[in-house]
Parts: sequence; structure tokens; C-alpha cells
Amino acid sequence: MPEKFDVIVVGAGPAGTSCALVCAQNGLNVLLIERGEYPGSKNVMGGVLYRKQMEELIPEFWKEAPLERPVIEQRFWMMDKESVVQFGYKGLEWGVEPYNNFTVLRAQFDQWFAKKAVEAGALLINETVVTECIVENGKVIGIRTDRPNGEVYADVVVLADGVNSLLSKQLGFHKEFRPDEVALTVMEVINLPKEKINDRFNLEDNQGCTIEIFGDSTKGNLGTAFLYTNKDSLNIGVGTTLSSMIKSKMKPYDLLDYLKTHPMVKPMLAGGESAEYLAHLIPEGGYRSVPKVAGNGVVVVGDAAQLVNAIHREGSNMAMHSGLLAAESVIEAHHRGDFSESTLNIYRQKLYDSFIIKDLEKYKDATHTFENNPQYFKEYVPMMNKAMSKFFTVDGTPKREKQKEIMKSVTAERGTIKVIQDIYRAWKAVK
Amino acid sequence: MSTKNIEEKQYLLRFKADTKSHLTVMDNDICMTKCPDKICTIFCPAEVYKWEGLRMQVGYEGCHECGSCRIGCPYQNIKWEYPKGGHGIVFRLA
Repeated sequence: MPEKFDVIVVGAGPAGTSCALVCAQNGLNVLLIERGEYPGSKNVMGGVLYRKQMEELIPEFWKEAPLERPVIEQRFWMMDKESVVQFGYKGLEWGVEPYNNFTVLRAQFDQWFAKKAVEAGALLINETVVTECIVENGKVIGIRTDRPNGEVYADVVVLADGVNSLLSKQLGFHKEFRPDEVALTVMEVINLPKEKINDRFNLEDNQGCTIEIFGDSTKGNLGTAFLYTNKDSLNIGVGTTLSSMIKSKMKPYDLLDYLKTHPMVKPMLAGGESAEYLAHLIPEGGYRSVPKVAGNGVVVVGDAAQLVNAIHREGSNMAMHSGLLAAESVIEAHHRGDFSESTLNIYRQKLYDSFIIKDLEKYKDATHTFENNPQYFKEYVPMMNKAMSKFFTVDGTPKREKQKEIMKSVTAERGTIKVIQDIYRAWKAVK
Repeated sequence: MSTKNIEEKQYLLRFKADTKSHLTVMDNDICMTKCPDKICTIFCPAEVYKWEGLRMQVGYEGCHECGSCRIGCPYQNIKWEYPKGGHGIVFRLA
């Protein structure tokens, strides 16, 4: 007699664990399957975890979760070869309860989070790959794993199998991604003593800082770099769309080293020691790439459903919230005793009514616009740097004349009409 | 701090390699005759793919399991699976 669960969740990342936790809390019999040695061992994130969506799952989680630092300052760098234009926000309100977001190291955080689901009653099985969904009469009824006699059955299978989501492809929910729908990102964790981090980033005690770096950090390609403070290490990483990486024939690790040795970045890392190097894909296709998310006996959550807002570097929070919405829908389906697509479409409805799809919809043209118009990163960032340099260099030129010169050099480089078009296009993409 | 070349970066990691590759180049002739750039040897973040003049060497043991090669191969010539449960890369930190 094969084993049967109420719910099988494939993947113990933020989306899967959230779903498993809430289902288990509501008395459902949950199997949570993870292919890694432990939850988090296959997962990579730049490092920002938002408080709001996590708190909805575990109130006051910050009192016990393995977090690095609460972020009190977010900086943005528009970087050229030997200069940078900076802006940002620092606020002490982010350093006290209830906080805004935290830096985390995922291998530790995910293990802790999965333990919470286990404490709520979910059964966690590690080191097991789900090779396919078992489909019968157009309905998913279970999964096949790479273990001997590894078939397990359930009323609902939740696909939280990450960006590559081979399982939702097997079901035909989405086609293979194009290289412009994913960002290839590499990062290093660099050990550095706490005092040095605090001095360099102008922080006290456990305060954290994040820096997003645009422009020369990707050699002008569509993408960003980041530098985040952990307790006694830094996460530095850089990513571009896979299509940009291919077009420019860049080796991702060379780009990372270019960033690490950039004159604006190098002093921040001085004396540090590399502790880990990690590569991962980020689903950045946005609204138009979101696949079918519910079928007969199955729902798709998190990265597997492409739920990432690349513009605001939000992903794990969307994963968690989608996991929660999926759980609520599965619980409702359980009460009805009906796991058909039409009932599980409650999840789809909830997802599309939530901030997740609303935000993805807002930026639905952004990736496409910036991918097809490389001037934003390649030309405007250097232009901004030159303008600032000119404006703040005191050389006896009256300020009004300087302003004129700056405007002239911008329109001379791109042409007045093009500049107006560029501004309109960018505004349209993010409005 | 010093940069580390890709071999040194890979040394920072823990791998539990399976005995069998989870990555398969399906038709070596395609790499040889149709793909002058051998682009996977460039964008793979772990330098898993190395062109050895006549054939593609696949160092699956150092794979980060990111999926870029499957998506980025211009000829969809790479069969990509997950390593057996509990095998492959083991991230310890981020």
C-alpha cells in the first residue's frame, strides 16, 4: 500500500517551507521533500529577507531566526569606471522592531525555517529528487522520486522546485525559458571582522547596509551588482540576464573579479577573505513569464512560478507569500474535498489579487525595455557621472554656464529627440 | 583583497559528487561543427565545460546546478538533470 499524504511540497526553500508550515499548522498531513543534503544547501540569495511576509508566517521571527543584520541603510550607486554617483536612505526606524528587512545567509536560515515546518507537523525528507509528477486522467496524484520504490501520493502536489522547475515544464505549464528571462548571478561571501565592516559602512553594533550598484558593475550590461553586510562577512555579487552574458561573451566570475577590483569597491573589501563562491539563476521574466500556476491536483509557487520583482530585488518575500496563499487554497480544497483545477484556481485568484502579481504587472515591460535599450546603463550612467563631476568641480565657470554645458553635452551625445524618447520610454516601463 | 581565479573559487566549495554525470552533451558534432563560440565554455559560472579540440569535456563534479547551460546552449544540446538526491553542490553559507 503506497503512502498517501494530504499535501506533498517539492522543495524546502522559502516558498515550499511556507506552504508546508501553514498546511501543517492547519492539521494537514504534509510531506516536504528537499533534494539537497539539508534545506538551503542548494539555495542562493543576495541576502535580503523582508520582515513583512515572514512575520505573517512566524510572528516576531527576528527573536529566534538566524539573521545577520537588520538593514538600516539602502544605498544606490551609479558607477562609472573611476567615479560613482550615490544616493540612498538611512533611517534608524529600520533598526528597531518591527524592522524592514534583514540580511541573511540562506544555508542557515532555510534550515531553521524548515525546522519550524517540521515542528508544526510536516515530514521533511532530504536528499531526495522528485523526478516526475504522477499524472492520471489529467490529474496530478503524486510524485516519483529517485529513491527505490519512491512513489508517493497526495491530494495536492505543490511545486516549489525553484527557478529551473523541471516539474512544471513536465506538466506543460511553461516552456523552457529564453536566455533573456533569467539572470545569471554569481556572488562571494567574504569574511571580514565586524569592527572593520562597521567602520567602512558607517554602522554601529548590528546595523546593516545594502548597496545596489548599476552601470560599470556590469560593464554597462543589463543587470546589477550588490554589496550587503552580514555580521562578520560581506556578500558581493553581480548578475546580468543570461542573454547579455552570452551576447557580451563575459565569464561571470571574471565580471565578479572586475567588480571586486573596481576602484570604488576594492577598499570596501580590503583585508577580506573569500569564504564561498556561489552561482544561481534568478527568474526575471516578470509578469509575462508567469506560467500556469494551478492545475488538477497541483499548484506552483515561488521561483518556480517566476515570482520575482527584479527592479525592487524582491523574491524570497514573494515566494513566502505565494506559499501562504497556496496553503490557504489547499486548505479550502481539503475542506471541499475537491482538488480540481477550478477549486485550486482559488490560489491563482489570490495570487493575482495580491501585491505579487500587481507589482509584476507594474513592471511588465521593464526588463524588455532595458534589454533592448542598452543606453540606460551603458550611456546614461557615465553621463550622470560626468555631469556631477563637471558641476561640482570649481574652476571659475559660473554655475548657470555649467548647467548649459552639461545639458549640451547630454543632448550632443544622444541627440535631443532621443533623450526625450529615452526619458518617456523609461517612465513608461516603470510607471 | 586578492581576487581568486575560478579554480580557486571552486576550491571554496563542498561537493558531494555522484559517480554519474547529471549533464550530457547530446551530440558532440553540433558543438564541433555548428558552434564556433562554444559559448557554454564562456558563460558557465563554474567552468564545467571545456572544449578539448575534438570534444566537449564536462566537469559535472563542479557544477552549481544553476541551469544556465540548458537555457543558454544555442542548440538545446545539453541534457540537464538534477544530481541524485543529496549529491552535487553543498552550499554552506549564503
